[in-house]
Amino acid sequence: MCLAIPGKILSITGAEFARTARVSFGGIVKEVSLAYLPEAQVGDYAIVHVGFAISLVDEQEALQTFEYLKQMGEMDELEPTGKRA
Amino acid sequence: MSEVKEFRLQCPAPVNDSERVQLAHGGGGRRMHELLESLLLPSFGNEALLERHDGATLKIAGAKLAFTTDSYVVRPLFFPGGDIGTLAINGTVNDLAMCGARPLYLSSALILEEGLPMEILRRVVESMRVSAIAAGVQLVTGDTKVVDKGKGDGIFINTAGIGVIEHDILISPKNVRPGDTIILSGDIGRHGIAIMATREGLSFESAIESDCAPLWEPVQALLDAGVEIHCLRDLTRGGISSGLIEIAEASGVRCAITQADVPVLEEVAGACEILGLDPLYLANEGRFAAFVPNDEADRTVQILRQFAVSGDAVRIGNVVDGPAGLVTLRTELGTERVVDMLSGEQLPRIC
Amino acid sequence: MKYLDEYRDPEAARQYAASIRRIVTRPWTIMEICGGQTHSIVKYGIDELLPREITLVHGPGCPVCVTPVELIDKSLQIAARPDVIFCSFGDMLRVPGSNSGVASDLFSVKAAGGDVRIVYSPMDAVQIARQNPDKQVVFFAVGFETTAPANAMSVYAAKQSGVTNYSVLVSHVLVPPAMEAILSSPANCVQGFLAAGHVCTVMGYTEYAPIAVRYRVPIVVTGFEPLDLLQGVYMCVLQLEQGRSEVENQYARSVRREGNRHAQDLIARVFRVVDRKWRGIGGIPQSGLGLADEYAEFDAQNRFGLGDYSAQEDSECISGLIMQGARKPHECSAYGKRCTPDHPLGAPMVSSEGACAAYYRYRRLRTADLPQAGGGSE
Repeated sequence: MCLAIPGKILSITGAEFARTARVSFGGIVKEVSLAYLPEAQVGDYAIVHVGFAISLVDEQEALQTFEYLKQMGEMDELEPTGKRA
Repeated sequence: MSEVKEFRLQCPAPVNDSERVQLAHGGGGRRMHELLESLLLPSFGNEALLERHDGATLKIAGAKLAFTTDSYVVRPLFFPGGDIGTLAINGTVNDLAMCGARPLYLSSALILEEGLPMEILRRVVESMRVSAIAAGVQLVTGDTKVVDKGKGDGIFINTAGIGVIEHDILISPKNVRPGDTIILSGDIGRHGIAIMATREGLSFESAIESDCAPLWEPVQALLDAGVEIHCLRDLTRGGISSGLIEIAEASGVRCAITQADVPVLEEVAGACEILGLDPLYLANEGRFAAFVPNDEADRTVQILRQFAVSGDAVRIGNVVDGPAGLVTLRTELGTERVVDMLSGEQLPRIC
Repeated sequence: MKYLDEYRDPEAARQYAASIRRIVTRPWTIMEICGGQTHSIVKYGIDELLPREITLVHGPGCPVCVTPVELIDKSLQIAARPDVIFCSFGDMLRVPGSNSGVASDLFSVKAAGGDVRIVYSPMDAVQIARQNPDKQVVFFAVGFETTAPANAMSVYAAKQSGVTNYSVLVSHVLVPPAMEAILSSPANCVQGFLAAGHVCTVMGYTEYAPIAVRYRVPIVVTGFEPLDLLQGVYMCVLQLEQGRSEVENQYARSVRREGNRHAQDLIARVFRVVDRKWRGIGGIPQSGLGLADEYAEFDAQNRFGLGDYSAQEDSECISGLIMQGARKPHECSAYGKRCTPDHPLGAPMVSSEGACAAYYRYRRLRTADLPQAGGGSE
């Protein structure tokens, strides 16, 4: 559980529980409910599961996976941990 | 507190063997394969049949002919990029092409459901007409039956085809050997998505169209150029994985392919992500794999790329010694895994 | 595709794997409870990239696999009715019931003429109900917390707009109680957890802190792509090596600490927490969701008068142990022989997320066992 993928919000219509968006997933466009993401705006990326947007992708945090790797690389250069079994 | 069932390493329950034909038996995957191997081939076993190729190669009165048949039961009848009529013609034309035979004559048998609107029949027949012209074949004989309402799913079409083999190359799985390069004629998954989207009502705004198309032209070009083709296989139900597994099993070799080299349209990839599908298992109707000696690979790709239907032809892997009957895939991460035959139709998932 | 492809970068994956190798000093057993993560691990061969000291076990993360067999049987009964259009996610179609006289799975019901339809979203099922007022439309509401918001909305919307011919067969399960059940079992060998990233997207991760403390296990909320899993494993191993047991969030691009409040609100309105039986494991108290009283009329079990009954599991398959991580699929004597995706004995072999099926389908040969295919690996 659970297949949810990021898509880009192209346009929004409706309000509250009936608020929906056209979302593009690599060029495929599907209508998605924004009932649970009232703060979503056009241009945002949302994580979508079974036709519902459940979170917005935080662009800053998205980079963190790569920042972390870079930091690890830098740390290893400075100071090898040398704890190999 | 959970109650852990007392476990035994023996599972004494009998295997649940199905006593009824299931949809999966026609799905192009493992079940259909088993049906063929356990019932059909043993019942009729002869040399031509046991080649296990897309069509039968026959010598009749000095001429070499290829003979094939296929039935088309697709639902929905109409889908983006084609309909059952387009499939019925091109599917059989392509089976002949995969034998290296120039498709010439087709028969068609229609089974129609009582109550089918004439308009639908007209559209399907028109598609067949147009496809036959495009493929350069003539429909020379046929049959029409009508069944009770509720028994026919609208239309079923069977087409059989005859083609002539005008060369001496033996194109057959038996000819595939370690060292051969595997070439794929284009991107995969379009037909499968087109059908699934329409059938399950999983609609996308802009429809992905089926890739249904005749494949004889590029094959003819390869033959005319004298390329030493070992085997051809069109990649239909069950996708590229089924096609390659069948060849690997029939030839007793391993096919090793690289994920990153297998082309998939961005929209098809997007649809697959949404529905949880793997493009390797999606049906195609205008794509084939060619097995050629390694030193012929570049030339083959060059020739194929001259044609629209194989404009994106690319090397995707090669044939290696063993273990026999396997298809292995190098993932994007560089790890290697086995590509198994699906047991039934691939279904969308949410998990 | 943006926010997907980047997390499949092979070079970054190799670097993460190397980093894990650098910090590990002893064997560790880490469990993920998420079918999607299982799928990804096996599909990309991620455990092949990890040092041998790390054992990844696949927990009961497949709601399909843990749906009680009685509920499967009930779904088959309902789906076979001529007045019913039975809608389901594709995942449920091939899960075997107990074979007590009824067609063995939903796919067979469909083959025998039942109106069984695959839908992408539960809202599609509500739409089908609107379009077919003379039929009963039943939706198989299966899932972890991730799918609960969508299922809740379908019931809410049906009630709001008077779609009375819609009902749901509910089989929702919750992750934290399952984790506790595993950790409190005397046979437990799990030392760290990767928590399911999309479950936490909905629910947040505050529920995990008490578990981390009580059982002294690190819990890392993790995504689904290769880099997510590798970073999650790295963070978990680092905690284990450093003797910490905290909750950390690897999947911060989607998961906020408090989760999605709007989704949680509607779940609380439409559902209530109930005891639930997990196939292969047994009953876990307060581990599932059922419909709240206000929405009881949408419960398909009530509507079709299907009372309580117990079905006997036909097979003694060891799915329970596999789902608790105590055994790997290939350690089952039936695996690959009498139990395959074609003729499964238990749910983990059927669902594409089930540990057994994932293993079988993406059955990996260790690269060392394969003659080189021409071109070095790595």
